[in-house]
Amino acid sequence: MLRVYETELRSRLMLGTSRYPSPAVLAEAVRASRTEVVTVSLRRESSGERAGQGFWSLVRELGVRVLPNTAGCHCVKEAVTTAQMGREVFGTSWIKLEVIGEDDTLQPDVFGLVEAARILSDQGFEVFPYTTEDLVVADKLLAAGCRVLMPWGAPIGSGRGLNNLFGLKALRAHFPDVPLVIDAGIGVPSHAAQALELGFDAVLINTAVAQAADPVRMAEAFAQAVEAGLAARQAGPIEPRDLAVPSTPVIGTAILR
Amino acid sequence: MKILVNGAWCETAAADLESALEALGYGGSIVATALNGEFVPVSSRRDATLAEGDRLEVLAPMQGG
Repeated sequence: MLRVYETELRSRLMLGTSRYPSPAVLAEAVRASRTEVVTVSLRRESSGERAGQGFWSLVRELGVRVLPNTAGCHCVKEAVTTAQMGREVFGTSWIKLEVIGEDDTLQPDVFGLVEAARILSDQGFEVFPYTTEDLVVADKLLAAGCRVLMPWGAPIGSGRGLNNLFGLKALRAHFPDVPLVIDAGIGVPSHAAQALELGFDAVLINTAVAQAADPVRMAEAFAQAVEAGLAARQAGPIEPRDLAVPSTPVIGTAILR
Repeated sequence: MKILVNGAWCETAAADLESALEALGYGGSIVATALNGEFVPVSSRRDATLAEGDRLEVLAPMQGG
């Protein structure tokens, strides 16, 4: 079981709800992924179209927890206000806190992130900060009240997997008891399995599933990958070596030359 | 008076935020509101008076990653 704040989760996969070909495919992908947590957002609502009302009905029927985000926010004020609005609409104190600092990479503004995390934690939010693998920032986020961290694997939507293995391993080693969820950049199930094998507690996927040719099948593939990765981690992987070690016993080898 | 609703100018006679939402067609919708950049919870909408040129944001659940 993964414990985030006071909630226990069986699934190690969190799923985004954006960019699916249709609401029906989204719903089927959520079920296929076996996730217990989906991310959602807030956007301007047209009183004529009421698109948000239909989406919210769909999500509630899925029976999963929601993790509202502050996507698109570029400053502390925007992020804090968006989080407050999300708490009212979605009825949860969970907030996936994003404060974007740079538009080409969607890299978090870690200075604003720490400040917003402190404000929101003081207001009773349970903050899931979208951050980098930086150890000092991680330490400050924890001091600000965060009890889970969401380091990026690679830029959002890039599908490049775990870009900085050394940094991510260091983060895992430095904070052995903090739930760490790889958020962003996962492209294929093997990336997700790798994250779990390295000891990360969960992964958050969106584009890799939503934009796959068959999102439902890809969701199932990711579900299998995180289960395999977690099992491998618990089984204790061998350490890589530079030179070969014969797997077949050498003793008793016949001399035939 | 004119207020800016989700980036578009709207004419409204409503004196408070709760009345304005009803008049603008948001009655019964699950939305969150911010007036001039400040979050206004449901419980405070009736007390939130409107003035010419106010900026109102009306947000609803949407897909997110």
